[in-house]
Amino acid sequence: MADDSLVIKGLSYSYGAHLVPALAELSATIRPGIVTGLVGPDGAGKTTLMRLMTALLLPTSGRLTVFGLDTGTSADQLHEIIGYMPQKFGLYEDLSVIQNLRLYADLRNVPESGRQQLFARLLAFTGLESFQKRLAGRLSGGMKQKLGLACALIRKPRLLLLDEPSVGVDPVSRRELWRMVQELVDKETAVIWSTAYLDEAELCQEVLLLDGGRLLFAGPPGQLTERVADRCFLVQGISGNRRQVLARALQLQEVQDGIVQGQNVRIVLRAGQNQPTLSLLNAGADAYLTPVPPRFEDAYVDALGGGPGGNSALAAAMAPLPNDQAITVEAKGLTKRFGDFIAAQDVSFAIRRGEIFGLLGPNGAGKSTTFKMMCGLLWPTSGTGRVVGLDLQQAPGQARSHLGYMAQKFSLYGDLSVRQNLDFFSGIYGLAGARQKETVTRMIDIFGLHPHLSDSAKDLPLGFKQRLALACSVMHEPAVLFLDEPTSGVDPLTRREFWTHINGLVEHGVTVLVTTHFMDEAEYCDRIGLVYRGRMIATGPPDELKSQAQSPQIPYPTLEEAFIALLQQWDASHEELPS
Amino acid sequence: MNNRLQRMSALIRKEFIQIRRDPSSLLIAFVLPVILLFLYGFGVSLDAKEVKIGVTLQDPGKEGNGLAAAFLASPYFRARISHDEGLLEQELVAGRLRGLVVIPENFSRLVEKGGGAARLQVIADGSEANTANYVQNYAQGVVNTWWAMHQRDHGLPSQKGVQLMTRIWFNPELTSRNSLLPGALAIIMAIIGTLLTALVVAREWERGTMEALMATPVAISELIIGKLLPYFILGMLAMLGSVAISVTLFDLPFRGSLPALLLSSGAFLLAALGQGLLISSAAKNQFIAAMVALITGFLPAFLLSGFIFEIASMPPMVRALTHIIPARYLVTNLQTLFLVGDVWSLLLPNVGILLLLAAVLFFLTARKTVKRLR
Repeated sequence: MADDSLVIKGLSYSYGAHLVPALAELSATIRPGIVTGLVGPDGAGKTTLMRLMTALLLPTSGRLTVFGLDTGTSADQLHEIIGYMPQKFGLYEDLSVIQNLRLYADLRNVPESGRQQLFARLLAFTGLESFQKRLAGRLSGGMKQKLGLACALIRKPRLLLLDEPSVGVDPVSRRELWRMVQELVDKETAVIWSTAYLDEAELCQEVLLLDGGRLLFAGPPGQLTERVADRCFLVQGISGNRRQVLARALQLQEVQDGIVQGQNVRIVLRAGQNQPTLSLLNAGADAYLTPVPPRFEDAYVDALGGGPGGNSALAAAMAPLPNDQAITVEAKGLTKRFGDFIAAQDVSFAIRRGEIFGLLGPNGAGKSTTFKMMCGLLWPTSGTGRVVGLDLQQAPGQARSHLGYMAQKFSLYGDLSVRQNLDFFSGIYGLAGARQKETVTRMIDIFGLHPHLSDSAKDLPLGFKQRLALACSVMHEPAVLFLDEPTSGVDPLTRREFWTHINGLVEHGVTVLVTTHFMDEAEYCDRIGLVYRGRMIATGPPDELKSQAQSPQIPYPTLEEAFIALLQQWDASHEELPS
Repeated sequence: MNNRLQRMSALIRKEFIQIRRDPSSLLIAFVLPVILLFLYGFGVSLDAKEVKIGVTLQDPGKEGNGLAAAFLASPYFRARISHDEGLLEQELVAGRLRGLVVIPENFSRLVEKGGGAARLQVIADGSEANTANYVQNYAQGVVNTWWAMHQRDHGLPSQKGVQLMTRIWFNPELTSRNSLLPGALAIIMAIIGTLLTALVVAREWERGTMEALMATPVAISELIIGKLLPYFILGMLAMLGSVAISVTLFDLPFRGSLPALLLSSGAFLLAALGQGLLISSAAKNQFIAAMVALITGFLPAFLLSGFIFEIASMPPMVRALTHIIPARYLVTNLQTLFLVGDVWSLLLPNVGILLLLAAVLFFLTARKTVKRLR
């Protein structure tokens, strides 16, 4: 039994004697023939566990055997049978696709004979045939991910380890990767897939749920989901503001967790609690509760002890803006060319005060280009962008003073402490004296930064980095907030906390423009603009996009299904035209 | 074994593709040497020609004028003559003159009496010690020549004591370029061996490719050789190119043999690569790797190799330190090969020491590098 699976016994790992262990007393068995998902919030120990499985780290205590091979004593034999795709895919960016494949084939001693067929098969499998000569560094995120997988598969591994393969990759590519891995799994191969996406975890036959280095759950995801069966409800028929309904719901004793889902609000009750009194939600006379099947994410948040409450202290401290429905952000015919390449073509949209507008689209579609033009960071080739009525080209400085910007990449000073970053950013936004002091103190309280005040920003856990970045972008109480992938890679709990703040700010009249990969996040948006191949191919509320994508095959599409269907429809209607 | 060979050659091939595609490696290996050679060939010269001095002529007599004229005629000086001592002194203080020769009032009279009692004052600007030496020595030379001429013109036997017959070996014209260029070659190889190697390994850590490599059956020794060989070849190519430029463009003599050159530079390159690999086994990002390589590789090669600063005149502590600087042995060997020839009794011990240093560095690298992430 032990020799045909991966056995973890009392495994602990610590990066330093004085530090909290990254993994503590972990015991589990991972079987071949299935995909095992490794899930857990940021810093739970997923990557550490992966590295222990590759024998790139050795356990502080405990044992790990892979098909009978102990990682401590048989690392060389182990390396013969594993395929490992690290977080950055492990590709040589200045080698071409085929050169990367050849390199890994040589490193794994794939015999010369039959290599052509092998490469042909892998290239066909990954859809990279026509990109053989392209440098890996010039591939899109999704293509890199597939090439990384092909390299890990070059000699059919018995253990395939994928460390967050889908971070920063659009839903279409994620699906394709999932399909490929499914095709691979046979009786002998064990696949371990670590992920921050719970919809992926839900598809795995088994999951290991880690939190703070401890194993919270091991087993089929359905078994975990079972725990919240009969506790999940959708508040439908809401006539008031669904964000306020959510905030009120999260205040209730009975409610463990809740999110916005299109026009509805999804809630999860605490174990053993009865349905809440609907009137407390103030959701309008027509509102009603519908029991819905539980999802893995509901169970996940439940297992981690529930989400944050529904009140945003950040929003509460802010003076409300006038409720005048004015258009605060406006793009008119924005076009950006880089040489022959058109990164954005004729993009137009208008956002009203107190509205959340989401830009959605696959990697390289032109989201970031549009976003940067709206921040005044990139000069459009033609077209105009306005923020609170100010033209970004004519009065960029003035326009920017009204907007808060949170960049996708961590853009604070890594070598400054948390406090110094707060002081610095409040300073450049023109806060001074008592007001500055008071604002910084408030941010520290709101985002729970007390324990980290003197830590260097670069050493913070990802969730705290994002909190600090948000804090720095809202200290000057901007009327407009631009968020570029604000919760990419962040675990669902932190994501909920973020959205509590964003929802709160919007209620106070702040306008939000957000780009995202997460469909959950897109559900919070009032309207979504779907960007594809440099153009805005669809705009509308999430539910409207879903109904646009309705077809006999998918009568009730999820937002992700709608997203994929709309892209395919667009491709189909444009292929017919001679280009 | 066959498997090992396959993996190693794959790594080496990969490295060459990367070198070809990465402009920064090519820049460091082929453009930087040319720039350095031109800098040291044309730009830097330790020879002083036309040093600006002043001659204060307080003596109205014939001999004083004759000597002043001799200073004016000297190719080593650009002399200004004045009767006013104060004026020239001001110029010296202002840094517009590097030295001052004072011909006193009674000079002609004393020379006519037989010369034994005549005195001259030479003031040199010690803030530039090197130039001050030149002023002193060149002034002495001008006076000696003048004195010899004077004696001959007056039909007097030159007063002979012990006479020095100076001959300068190896570099008769005393062109500093001839000793600087071999030193520059050592610097170039230190940069390629240490800096480039440390950078490319750190880059693999940064981009996550090292982690992927380590999870394959590749052995540490294969990884090390896969880095070593390409950069060894690159370094040797850069060295041969630089020697070719030095010899053809700068007329640097080359009196040794090619095998001796290859042996010396090969041994040095091994030590430099060893150092680069050792740095990269500790520093896992390019910025730190570059800093450490510059401080422990480039700067010592520049300052402590005897390339510009004479090792013999360093304080004992620093002199002791130079013994572990590989560049020191290469500078000596290169200078010998270019200017003297195959002096094996000097070359071989240096090559031996370089190989020893390389062995120590490789031993440390192999001990420090394990197939683990920490």
